[in-house]
Amino acid sequence: MNASVVVFPGSNCDRDVLHALGTIAGIPATPVWHKETVLPEGTELVVLPGGFSYGDYLRCGAMAARSPIIRAVREHALQGRLVLGICNGFQVLTEAGLLPGALLSNSTLEFICSPCLLRVERTDTPFTNAYREGALVQFPIAHHEGLFFLPEKELQELEENRQVVFRYASADGSAGIRQSPNGSLNGIAGIVNRHGNVLGLMPHPERASERILGGTDGLRMWNSIKSWLEGGSK
Amino acid sequence: MDFQKAGLRSHEYEIILRELGREPNETELRIFGVMWSEHCSYKSSRPLLKLFPKEGERVLKGVGENAGVVDAGNGWGLAFKVESHNHPSAVEPYQGAATGVGGIIRDILAMGARPIASLDGLFFGNPDSAKTCRLSNGIVKGVGGYGNCVGVPTIGGKTLYDERYEDNPLLNAFCIGLVASGSIVSSQTAEPGNWVVLLGSKTGRDGIGGAAFASVELGEDTKASRPQVQIGDPFVEKLLIEACLEALENGLVTTMQDMGAAGITSSASEIAAKSGVGMILDLDRVPLREEDMVAWEIALSESQERMLLIVRPENLEAVLALGKKWDLDCAVIGETIEGNRFILRKGGEVFADLPASLIGGGCPEISWPAERPRDLDQRQSFDFPTTGFSEDLSRPLLSLIASPSLKEKAWITRQYDSMVQVNTVQGPGAPVSILRIKENGNLVAISMEALPWICSLDPYRGGYETMARSLRPLWVSGAKHLGMTNCLNFPSPENPEQFWEFSEAVKGLADCCRDLSCPVVSGNVSLYNETAGRSIPPTPLVCSVGIIEASCSPLLPGNWKKGDFLFLVGMENASIPGSHFQKFFLKHLSGRPLPPSPQMEADFMERAVMTAAKKLADSAIPLLGGGLAIALGKESIASGIGARISLEFPTHPVAVFFAEGGARALYAVPARNVPEFTRTWKGFPIRQIGLVGGDALCLPQSDPIPLQILANAWKGA
Repeated sequence: MNASVVVFPGSNCDRDVLHALGTIAGIPATPVWHKETVLPEGTELVVLPGGFSYGDYLRCGAMAARSPIIRAVREHALQGRLVLGICNGFQVLTEAGLLPGALLSNSTLEFICSPCLLRVERTDTPFTNAYREGALVQFPIAHHEGLFFLPEKELQELEENRQVVFRYASADGSAGIRQSPNGSLNGIAGIVNRHGNVLGLMPHPERASERILGGTDGLRMWNSIKSWLEGGSK
Repeated sequence: MDFQKAGLRSHEYEIILRELGREPNETELRIFGVMWSEHCSYKSSRPLLKLFPKEGERVLKGVGENAGVVDAGNGWGLAFKVESHNHPSAVEPYQGAATGVGGIIRDILAMGARPIASLDGLFFGNPDSAKTCRLSNGIVKGVGGYGNCVGVPTIGGKTLYDERYEDNPLLNAFCIGLVASGSIVSSQTAEPGNWVVLLGSKTGRDGIGGAAFASVELGEDTKASRPQVQIGDPFVEKLLIEACLEALENGLVTTMQDMGAAGITSSASEIAAKSGVGMILDLDRVPLREEDMVAWEIALSESQERMLLIVRPENLEAVLALGKKWDLDCAVIGETIEGNRFILRKGGEVFADLPASLIGGGCPEISWPAERPRDLDQRQSFDFPTTGFSEDLSRPLLSLIASPSLKEKAWITRQYDSMVQVNTVQGPGAPVSILRIKENGNLVAISMEALPWICSLDPYRGGYETMARSLRPLWVSGAKHLGMTNCLNFPSPENPEQFWEFSEAVKGLADCCRDLSCPVVSGNVSLYNETAGRSIPPTPLVCSVGIIEASCSPLLPGNWKKGDFLFLVGMENASIPGSHFQKFFLKHLSGRPLPPSPQMEADFMERAVMTAAKKLADSAIPLLGGGLAIALGKESIASGIGARISLEFPTHPVAVFFAEGGARALYAVPARNVPEFTRTWKGFPIRQIGLVGGDALCLPQSDPIPLQILANAWKGA
């Protein structure tokens, strides 16, 4: 069970994810430089971490989506293996065409760093099988471009295909655009591809993986991945 | 060009003539003009800075390096420093603030440390003016824009409004980094026969003469100064951090230096002088952003995101490869030689040939005359008009907690990534910010404090109280202090009354540091913060750093539990002069703040640290701005529960609840711990003042304040 964490120029959560996977969750993880063309032997999970790849110049994630390593990541995804994009990594996945939609500037037009309540919409994915459906969890967000957008018809398809995994929510469990701090359509915070093996989300599970940092709701994501890779549940 | 136009005084020019034995050429004159400016030479402040105690058991590297380093335990060091970027932020708020953050991060990097957190000190003018709105928005976005991208969390700071900052807003940027004690970089280790390598951005015409610009008063037309402000690129800075740390990890560099004020000249001559080597630089080899730059422009450009590396010949190839890996320009621009000569060449011609030690170390000190301000007695005469205030405390509390300097600052802190690097245990919004060190399990506690109102009434007492007030939050959280860094923001030293205030404030700081054994490990001075005769109040800003050992957990505020007993520790006779209450309600500062009380501070320290270590309290907060009333209000809001307070007062209730100063704190103690808590505080003034519970804050002889109303006032909702 090995994870590879891709490091783009400007990634700044790569070390955080390596810490959460390796030290906290016990999933051996290694950094992979974006100029590499193949993933390390035995990679089962690829994580595209948060940060400001290429300084967010041009468009968030646009240049990183054209990095040499992305070919190998795409190949990995097409084989049905796991890819997780967090924050800037989610933006890269949409730019690479591995996930639908686009992340636009927050409706506040400001950077927002804040803890957020999320409602878990699906528990039958490799990333969320340790959660209870409808559970409220707290992950922080920290981004300027996190407004999830899709044209209406595609958005409807996304919902019909049950591709929404996390939605911004309030304490009473309601979720939607009104609960989303950044104006995301339908309150969407994280989605999977049709096959369910590629997850992108704006909130940071790696920042919610230790009690000393204020919460451990993110731990269940790592545990979900672990048990899925160990063949425990699908 | 004559020496005056270069910004030199005649006495200084005479020294240059004497030392060189000839007249300097134009390039040399410009170099001296910048390097001997106030900003680079500290010529006005050096005599005062000598007052600071710099030694301490846990100081690994002190003043004289880019940043001080203290021992964080188990072979790890913490490098930290605070620096101003006031003038640039007044002219171009976004870039001025952004490059302030970038500059201090490189100072920390230059010590070989990975930058792990920032704090920002923000001082703005009239909160309702269009100018303040523009400046504060730009500065906050600049701090966030740079810090967020570069991946260094902004975990706290200080924000204060006063009309005297209207034309001269202050931005003080603090950064702290982690370094293995054995890998600290010193600028004294260059050897002859090494390559001088420039890594990072190309050099352009931005920021030329920035240091000199920061050494005079701001002009009224700030737009005219725009060319002196640098433009930042946090993306390149992030690459630079990773590249430099990778080079250090692989032992590829002998030493390195960040490029800030006075660019290549400053960084290169500093290494040469401190290491006792000479240097020849070929300016033709500097990667340029624009063509036909002349020698002095290249030598003095303050283009951002550049580092100077000194590399042994056998490591050069690996360093160049590293530059390529990180897509950074990386060029050999010269070599180190035996001797003391600092030579700049371009196109085969020598443009400067100076003794390296003269450039950075030759500027004579200036001892400005100091004069006690004529109106000081008048400032210090205090007549507290108690008759103007009813005994009700609720209304003044609701007004004060909604005042610009005390109200919630979420509009600022939400724009900062305070959590990246996953170390933030206590982020913005508390008197102390806390980080964990993954490498050794210890916790670092950091505070930032500045008390311009108290300092303008009595700069000595103000300086002392500023220092003590920066330490108290550390102690209350359970941390033992390791050291402090300071940024001395003052107006022109050429005005004798202003210089007197500067001197007194520094003496106050220094005496407190000595009394409490807190070494000063780094710092920065920013003078000439005035525009057209309008001066900022004396604003010495202090950041203190302490450590909580791995086995202990921090005692934090915002955690009142139902049934907790509230204790006020410390004297009740604090002071209204210089307080938020006086500034906000009386509009006029007057009177004398409290005199220092070293024994009280030491006694407080010992007991506070013990209280945290024994986990005797659920929640604790030192009394800071707004005194007891604001501490109660904030604790109540943050904990989401009310309290009933009963307290007899010998004087007017307002004086008890809103006075400031002195070693005081508010503790919430569960019933089972009350006996041990009181034993711990034996020998120190302590008084039980209330009980936690209910959904309102009930102050004596006052209407209860429902929590929701209190929180809305604070949040400005």
